[in-house]
Amino acid sequence: MHTQKHTTSLPAHRYTLVVDLDRCTGCGACGTACAVENNIPPAADKATERTGTVWMRVQEAAAGDGPATFVPIPCQQCDHPPCVDVCPQRAIEYDPRTGIVAQIPVRCLGCRYCMVACPYHTRSFNWWTPEWPEGMKSTLNPDVSIRTRGVVEKCNFCVQRLQAARAKASAAGQAEIDPADYVPACVEACPSRALSFGDAADENGEVARLAKDPESFRLLAGLGTGPKVLYRSSDPAVRERLSRTGVTRG
Amino acid sequence: MDDTLIGRGLRRTSLPRFLLWLVPWAALLALGLYAVYLCFAIGLNQTNMDNRFAFGLWIYLDLTVIALGAGAFFTGFLLYILKKKELKAVINSAVVIGFICYSGAVGILMVDVGQPLRAWFTFWHPNVHSMLAEVTFCLTLYLSVLAIEYAPLVLKNRRLKEVPGLLVLEHQLHKVMVVFAGIGTLLSFFHQGSLGGLYGVLRGNPFAFREHIGIWPTTFFLFILSAAAVGPSFILLTTWLVGKVSRKRLVSPEVFQTLAKISGWLLLVYVVLKGIDSLVWINSTSPKTGVQVSSFYAHPPFGTWVLFAEVVLLGLVPAALLLSRRVRARTGLLVLAAAMACAGIVLNRYVMTIQTLALPSLPFDSFLSYSPSWQETAAFLAVLGYGVLLYSISFRWLNLFPEERELATKG
Repeated sequence: MHTQKHTTSLPAHRYTLVVDLDRCTGCGACGTACAVENNIPPAADKATERTGTVWMRVQEAAAGDGPATFVPIPCQQCDHPPCVDVCPQRAIEYDPRTGIVAQIPVRCLGCRYCMVACPYHTRSFNWWTPEWPEGMKSTLNPDVSIRTRGVVEKCNFCVQRLQAARAKASAAGQAEIDPADYVPACVEACPSRALSFGDAADENGEVARLAKDPESFRLLAGLGTGPKVLYRSSDPAVRERLSRTGVTRG
Repeated sequence: MDDTLIGRGLRRTSLPRFLLWLVPWAALLALGLYAVYLCFAIGLNQTNMDNRFAFGLWIYLDLTVIALGAGAFFTGFLLYILKKKELKAVINSAVVIGFICYSGAVGILMVDVGQPLRAWFTFWHPNVHSMLAEVTFCLTLYLSVLAIEYAPLVLKNRRLKEVPGLLVLEHQLHKVMVVFAGIGTLLSFFHQGSLGGLYGVLRGNPFAFREHIGIWPTTFFLFILSAAAVGPSFILLTTWLVGKVSRKRLVSPEVFQTLAKISGWLLLVYVVLKGIDSLVWINSTSPKTGVQVSSFYAHPPFGTWVLFAEVVLLGLVPAALLLSRRVRARTGLLVLAAAMACAGIVLNRYVMTIQTLALPSLPFDSFLSYSPSWQETAAFLAVLGYGVLLYSISFRWLNLFPEERELATKG
């Protein structure tokens, strides 16, 4: 109906992911690490590219005859998220302290309206009952609850790691976390160091510097959603092609 | 037994023939219920929807039947609030059609969501900013109102009237019907609007997003108006169809003409406002986001012909036909015009639900396609089967058209 109050001011911390497209080889290690960390089940036998559960997809952006660009696309963690306001039963929350947009599966009706509202298509609906092969259950991450069939889920910047970092800082009597203690699984796993993560509100941090760099851009910036996932490339053609709002090819 | 249930002075086909007529519709309903069972037992993987095409045939069905079922609230509004007495001839039928459309929509919605047992969450901790929460509230309440409006029809049955308590209840309900007509109108205005708002608020989708008037996008108002416009046309169409199938004169020609005139004027206002809204969208709303509207129509089969068909061919043309006195004098043309008006709204709801999702949003995305699975189609057709069954039963044993007896006597 209209935007909520929380979207009018920016949070104290602005956790941000920066993706260096020049470095990404499209290996998919980020997606695999994400699945392991967040208890995403193996795909069902009949699952397709469009019905599997994926929090971090790596999409190939073809460029005619030129080399393709691989674009890792997690939830864009928008500052003005188009999904939060549409959910009928408050199953999506924007944390005003961190800027993280979290999906709350236990509240989810499974109506999929948030999926329709998201222009980045970063959500998955659990079309199948999650199942793990024998023995694999023991590898589940105890910090992340598993989700049922019929709910929507998505990336939350491994918020359980932020909670662990906070607990550690609290135990040490510190007010703020050590940035090294909060790194999402995808960033940790990337072999080509294409992913950087940090608090963009920290003016002296690397992520804040990268965010201001002219080689950085946001997907669909024209829509005003304010993503906290940034992309960068030294190639102006790639930047021009990927930062466009609107599609030209059929 | 059957004879004593049929209203006095009404002629109905024999019971065996009637039961034979019900068989195919019951089979359709049974097949649909089996498909629904599969969706509940195995999951929504039985559909062809996916993470990109997250809404499909069922949401399209919901939006369409609710628009077509608007005849119930709007006829009630015209009869009880604006005192258009001639519409008394179709109000009972309108209530039954409304009830079928709304109960069918709510039923299919319960299959469409992944966790139907959590539907009550929306009432317990609703997100007041969500159009879908507004839809859920108004839809549920209005379905209750329709059930209350349906009750006196049932209680008026010849046999039930013999029970004194039920006769008193029917009389009392009839006295307060104006209140329910008012409540129904208010609720309908909101949920018809909210259904339009579902898409108009999508900030991330320049094809669907529209400018706001106050807190509501323009689609909120256009959906109310289009539903009010097409509701009387659908009542006209169904009354004509029931007359043809049952081979009876059910209402006088003046009733058709009144319905056509109301539908025509409202459709004309709708088309004008839809035209203005489209111009604002083409020249301002969409370009502001960096997307030229022409790019939306570069993906066959969704060319600009869709917009033309929606606004002119199935909007302006039927409006002009319905407003023409000469057309209104000829039932065949009148029915054609009403069917065109209904088709225009059916197309509009298709564009909103399906074209919105088929269009790519990311610059490296491609146009998406979707075709429903047999389970989705069977559940869709089950609503049709259920509708025909309930309507046929109501037509046989309840007095849906008060003028029928008089017209039969006149011969």
